[in-house]
Amino acid sequence: MSELLGHYNYWIVIILMMTGFYTVIARPNLIKKIIGLFIFQTSVFILFISMAKVEGGTAPIIEEGISVYSNPLPHVLILTAIVVSLATTALGLALVIRIRDAYGTINEDDIHVQDEED
Amino acid sequence: MMDLVLDVLSWVCLLGGATFLLIGAIGVLRFPDFYTRLHAVSICDTLGAGLVLVGLMLQGGLSLVTVKLLLIFYFMIFTGPSAVHALAEAALQDKLKPLVDEREP
Amino acid sequence: MEHLIDIVLLGLLMITGFAIVRLRSLLAVAMLTSIYSLLSASLFVVLDAVDVALTEAAIGAGISTILILATVALTSDEEKVPRHTPLLPLVVVIATGAALIYGTLDMPHYGDPAAPVHRDVASSYLHDTPADIGVQNVVTSVLASYRGYDTLGEVTVIFTAGIGVLALLGYRTRRRNSQGPGNRKLVVLRVVAKLFFPLILLFALYVLFHGDYGPGGGFQAGVIFATGFILYALAFGLGNAQRVIPHQLLRIMAAVGVLIYAAVGIESMLLGGKFLEYRVLADDPVTGQHLGIMLIELGVGITVVAVMLIIYYGFVSRLHSGDM
Repeated sequence: MSELLGHYNYWIVIILMMTGFYTVIARPNLIKKIIGLFIFQTSVFILFISMAKVEGGTAPIIEEGISVYSNPLPHVLILTAIVVSLATTALGLALVIRIRDAYGTINEDDIHVQDEED
Repeated sequence: MMDLVLDVLSWVCLLGGATFLLIGAIGVLRFPDFYTRLHAVSICDTLGAGLVLVGLMLQGGLSLVTVKLLLIFYFMIFTGPSAVHALAEAALQDKLKPLVDEREP
Repeated sequence: MEHLIDIVLLGLLMITGFAIVRLRSLLAVAMLTSIYSLLSASLFVVLDAVDVALTEAAIGAGISTILILATVALTSDEEKVPRHTPLLPLVVVIATGAALIYGTLDMPHYGDPAAPVHRDVASSYLHDTPADIGVQNVVTSVLASYRGYDTLGEVTVIFTAGIGVLALLGYRTRRRNSQGPGNRKLVVLRVVAKLFFPLILLFALYVLFHGDYGPGGGFQAGVIFATGFILYALAFGLGNAQRVIPHQLLRIMAAVGVLIYAAVGIESMLLGGKFLEYRVLADDPVTGQHLGIMLIELGVGITVVAVMLIIYYGFVSRLHSGDM
C-alpha cells in the first residue's frame, strides 16, 4: 500500500506519456502528431518536477525562518526544456504548413500515396 | 472576533464562487445552442472567479498579496466578458445562426 | 489534503489527454491542448515549482495555443478517420508503458527528503547562494550564474528556432489596415486591447527585473512582452502591428539579445576571469554577480520577444485576410 501511495504520481505520468506516444504513432494527421509530442514532453516535465518535491518544503526562494526547500536543480532543467519544447513545436508547425503547400494534405496516409505515385 | 467574521465571510465568498463556477459548467453542458452556452459561461465564470478572488483577498488581509489580487480581479472583470464578446462576434461573422423558437405563439 | 489536489489535477490531465487522442475536430484539440498546459501549470504550483509554473503558463497556454490555432486555420479543420487498425501501436504503447512502470518501482517515494537527487550539488546550491550571489530566487541564481553556460545554449536554441521559421515561412508585409466596414464590430476588443497593452508591457518588465526576488526571469518576461504585441495585432490587424514593430527591427533584436549574453561572457574574460564569471565585472563579487545576472536576463528577454514575434508574423502573414 505504501508502494502505491509513494508512486502513484509516477504511474499517472507514465500513462500520460503513453497517451502522447500513442497519438504520435497511431494518428495520421500531422498536427495531431505534433500535439502528441507536446503532451509527451509536458508529462516528462511533470515527472522531473515531482521528483524535485520535498515533503514539507516550500518553493526554492530563500526566506527568513524557512529551512526546507524544494530542490531547485530540476526546476532549472525543466525551464530550459519548456523553452526548447516551444522551439520544436513552432518549427514542427512551420514544417506542417510547408508540407500542406507541397502536397495539398496533412494526412500521413495520403502523403505516402502521393509519394509512391511519383 | 474580527478574525472570525473575516474568516466566515471569506469562506462564504469562496464557496459561493465555486458554486457559481459549477453552475456555469452545468450550463455549458446542458444548453442547446452555441450562443446560450456562451451566455452561461460569460456570466457565471466572471462572477465565480471574482467571488473567489474576493474571498482570497479577505484571507490575505492588508498586505502586498491583497494588492496583487486586486490587480488580477481588475484584469479578469475586463478580459473575461470581452473575450466572450470576441467569440460571439467571430461566430456571427461566420454566419452561425442562433437557435430561434419556431413554435406558434 | 494537498495530495487530494494533486490527484484531482492528475485525473483531469488524464481525461484531457484521452480526449485529445479521441477527438477529430482539430479546433477542439487545440483548445484542449491549452487546457492541458494550464492544468500542468497549476500542478507545478502545487508541487512548489513556481518559476516553472509561470513559464509553462506563459509558453504552453499562451504562445503554443496561438501557433496551433494559426496552423489549424491554414490547413485542415478535421482529422480523417485512420485507415489502419490501431492494434500494433496499442501493443507497442502498452509494452513500453509496462516496462516504464516496472522501472519506476525502484524510484524513491514521492516527496522523500532523503532521495539521492537532493544530496550533493543541489544542497550546495541552496547553501551557497546567499553568500556567493546574494539573490533570493535560487532558481534564477542557478539558471543565470551557476549554470549560465547552459542558458547561453538555450538562448541560441530559441534564436535558431526563429531563424528556422524565418527560412521556412518567410514573411509578407501587409498593407496598413484601413477603417473598413467590418471594423465597427471590433470596438470592444480594440478598447480593451488599448487599455491593457501598456499594462501587459509593464508587467513583463516587472517580471524581468523582479526575477531575483520572486518567480520570474528573462524567458517569462519575453513571452509576456510578446503576448502584448500579439494582442495588439489581433485587435488592430497585422498591418498595423507591423508598423508598430517592423520586421527589420525584430531581426536585429533577436541577434542583439544573444550578442549581449556572449558579450558579458567575453567581457569577464577580458577583465581577467573565465568565460561568464560575473565576479570580476565589478569591485565587489556580489555586485558583479548582480550586474551579470541582470545583463544576461535582459539579453534573454530581448531575444525571446523578437523570436516570438518573428514566429507569429511568419504564421499569420500567410492567412489571406491579414488578421486572425
